[in-house]
Parts: sequence; C-alpha cells; structure tokens
Amino acid sequence: MNQVAVSVAGLSKRYGETIALHDISFEIDRGELFGFIGPDGAGKTTLLRILTSLIIPDSGKAVVEGYNVVKDYRKIRSICGYMPGRFSLYYDLTVEENLTFFATIFGTTVRENYDQIKEIYRLIEPFKSRKAGKLSGGMKQKLALSCALIHRPVILFLDEPTTGVDAVSRLEFWDMLKRLKQNGITILVSTPYMDEASLCDRVALIQDGRIMRISSPGEIVRDYPYPLFSVKAKDIYRLLGVLRDYEGVHSVHAFGQLVHLSFIEKYINLDALRDYLHQKEFHGIEIHPIPAAIEDCFMELMQGYKDQIVATNNI
Amino acid sequence: MNAGPENMIVVKDLVKKFGSFVANDHLSFDVRKGEIFGFLGANGAGKTTAIKILCGLWYPTAGELKIAGYDIYTQREEVKRNIGYMSQKFSLYDDLTVFENIRFYGGIYGLRKKEIKERAYDLMVRLGLETARDKLIRELPLGWKQKLAFSVAVFHNPKIVFLDEPTGGVDPITRRQFWNLIYEAARNGITVFVTTHYMDEAEYCDRVSIMVDGRIAALESPDNLKLKYESATMNEVFIKLARVKVGKP
Repeated sequence: MNQVAVSVAGLSKRYGETIALHDISFEIDRGELFGFIGPDGAGKTTLLRILTSLIIPDSGKAVVEGYNVVKDYRKIRSICGYMPGRFSLYYDLTVEENLTFFATIFGTTVRENYDQIKEIYRLIEPFKSRKAGKLSGGMKQKLALSCALIHRPVILFLDEPTTGVDAVSRLEFWDMLKRLKQNGITILVSTPYMDEASLCDRVALIQDGRIMRISSPGEIVRDYPYPLFSVKAKDIYRLLGVLRDYEGVHSVHAFGQLVHLSFIEKYINLDALRDYLHQKEFHGIEIHPIPAAIEDCFMELMQGYKDQIVATNNI
Repeated sequence: MNAGPENMIVVKDLVKKFGSFVANDHLSFDVRKGEIFGFLGANGAGKTTAIKILCGLWYPTAGELKIAGYDIYTQREEVKRNIGYMSQKFSLYDDLTVFENIRFYGGIYGLRKKEIKERAYDLMVRLGLETARDKLIRELPLGWKQKLAFSVAVFHNPKIVFLDEPTGGVDPITRRQFWNLIYEAARNGITVFVTTHYMDEAEYCDRVSIMVDGRIAALESPDNLKLKYESATMNEVFIKLARVKVGKP
C-alpha cells in the first residue's frame, strides 16, 4: 500500500523580482522514483533546497515523511540524503576520508551501513586513497551518491546529478538509481535531460517556476494532442524552413537527423507532403508516423505557456 | 598535414602532458572552413585540455598546431584575434546590460565605435532583444543569455568560433534556436568547433570526433559513424566507443 512521502501545497519563493517558484503543489508516494524535468532557471534547485530544509519558502507548506520542512528541519536533515548540483565533496580529502566524514557527521560509521552503499562504492573503492578532486566526473558522482546514502536515508534528493556528465556515465548512474529504488528508497531527481524522464515512475515538467504537467511518462506521451511524424531528407536546415510554411502544420522541430512534424488536422495526406518536398528538390525523403517523446511534449507545453513566460519576465 | 587555405584548424601529433599523465596523446586532425565540427568525448577523455590549447590558452607539450593559418607557438596574438569563444560557464558580464556587454566585447575585438553601434543594433533586432537593451544580463532568462553570448562571440566575424558545451541546461526550444544561429554562422563562412553532451546535437555537425583516453577514437560524419558502428543514433555510437571499463578512474 502506497503512503505519501512528500506533500507540497502552494509553495512559492522569489528572489527579489524573480519568481523562482509559483504556487507549486504535488504529492510523491513512498518508493517512487520521481523526476523534476526542466531547464536551468525552472526552479528545480530552489524546490529541492526547500524540501531538504535549506531554504524557507515565502508561502505554502511542504511535508517530508510527515515532518514539516520549516518547523522540523532537524528531523528532515537526518532522514534525507542530498546530492546537490556541483558535487558536494571535499576535493582535498581522499575518497575514503570523504565517506568517513559524512558518516561521522550523521552519527554513524561506514562499517555500520556499508551494505547500503556497497554496490556503488565498490566501483571506486580501489581508489580510496585518491583525493576526490582527482577523480573523473563519473567517479565523483558515485562517491557523492555514496556519501548521500551512508546514513541510511529513507528519501533521496538528487539535484541534477547527471549534468555535465557524458552519456555513458549518465546511463550507469540511472542504473544505480533503479537498483536503489528496489531497496524501497524514495528518490527525487531533477534533470534538464528530457530523455531521462522515461526512466522515472512519474515526472513533473517544470518551466519558469511552474509545473506544466505531472504524470507518468507513458501518460504524458500518450496525451500528446496532435498527429506526429518524423521526416528525413538531405539538408535538414532548409527542410525546417520549408516544412514550417506547409499548410496545416502545427509544429516543426529538429531532432538530430530527423524533423518532428505535427499537424493540426487528424487526417494527413502524406503523399501530398511527399510530392511537395519533391517539388522543393529534396532527396531521400522518408516520412513515418511516430509516437511522441517527452521532449515533444515538453516543447508543446512550453509553447502553451509562452505568453505567461513573456509576462513573468517583463520582456 | 594539409596546410591549404581551406583548413582553418590543422593539428598534427598534438601532445599535452601534466607530469607523467598524458592528457592528449598525439592528436591529428583538420577542420575545414565553414565546417561545423563536433568534438565529443567522455569526461576525463581530454577534450577540455585540447580546446584550451586550440584557443591559445595553454601551450602544447609537443606537436604542430595552426589556427586560422597562424602558428600557435609564434603567432598567438593573431590566433586570438581571429577566434571567438563561448562556454556555458563563461560568457557575459551579469552586472552589465545587454548593450554594455556588446559594446565591451566589440571594443576588445578591435571594432570601431561606429561599427559596434551598427552591428549591435542588427544583433539585438535579430535576437528580438531591442526592448532588453538596457536590462542587466542577470535579469535575462538563460536561453536569451546563451543566444546573446553566441552572437557576441561571433560579433567580430572571427574565422573560427569555439563553443564549449554552449547549450548545457537550456530548454529544448532555445537549444534548437541556438543551433539555428550556429547554422547561420557556418553559412556565413565561420568555422564552428563545438563540444556537447547532447548526442542529438552531434547529428547536426558535418563531422564528429570522439576522444577516448586522450586519443581520437573516431572522426567521421555522423552518417558514416552510424554505418561503421552499426548504430541508429549518435547516442549509440558514443556509448559503443566511449564506454569506460569498470574500475578506471
């Protein structure tokens, strides 16, 4: 039976004139792997800092594992594991010294909770005498995660753990998170990478301090409202411009070597489109219907909020 | 080594050592004029080191290096005058306005006052920033900052622009607008040297090189790389090439 691990109602926070969070409300169940997906400036770090009791909100309420993040901040800090963006390690201490340090300040020892971090830590244990500053990005990640887990937290907050890290290390990190989830830890992760959303149980798509949508990744992509196609042809740059002028087109976005094209109408005449592109002297044309990905949905939601964004930034 | 006028970057046996650690191990490649060249690699592979050397910020340990036709050892100042640089971490001054930043960089790049004024106006109109002319950079959304930073980096029409993870953390729509700016610059003859962790962006490049352990493990067009490594996407290619063995620091 699921219980609620995190409950947030009407949370708001501003820094001077900038509204970082605008009336945010949501709930997260125990054992969920929950993602906050959005670009820099969306409010992810502010939100995680409030939930881990590091910042006080201007208004609203947040409860983590039954504790109020403002009033019960001491309790919050003992039950949360937190990995802030930009690694939280002491670069002039060794791997082993970092881990021991974090264990000690939480009133425990490495030995006592070794089983908790074993799977992750064993990958860097051969380097335990190396200074943390001399580790590669992927290794720093593993150490930071170990340090966040060493006191057996019931809930883990990870702020952009995969930012600035290469595609291979990102995959390995998410594998580690999935294994952790199996141990029953509730995990909240923030990320600007849209493709990582599909690795979560549920996600909140955040932009400019507002949640645009919360749901499972599957539901979000199922709800994409327009017929979507991928178009391939030589000269993507020119193709983008030509497709934008085609009648009935709703959106045109580059996705690597393909263009994602959506239409307002339900019935699309693909032959007519193919002919049109032939006329415009495109070669090697391939058009396929495709399911939407989180990135398509995110951009669609963003367009919907465009007016609000402009108003908020006074530009 | 092909030192013809069509090659904007010519690298031969570039080596960079830090003590006994070899960060760049005999790199050799050329970049053509107007090319969009993707420079990829896992963390710790040696990318950042190589870029700093190409920009004239660090000296190589050994090897030949010509940027925009100038020798990196004997003509450093000419190199710097002919390149632009932008990274995620360093671009514009937060406490200056949009116009002040443009004017400042224009001055550094040696443009005259009149030129700066004219080009600044064009730039702001093109980016839709006329009304933000007197806004402090720190007040702009990240996406606008990044687009402005790129435009400033090419303000003086350099022969080459180096972009170090320029779209990190930026929303997906702005990312694409940013790449439109890159395409435009390349069409205008500027050679673009870009690193990125977004594998879909690797597909926008004319050619891509992938560094592994201080060496270049592959250098081809995205299409050729996908064929050669039997992959549907650049993401797959990258994972096949760059997967680090377990236990490596």
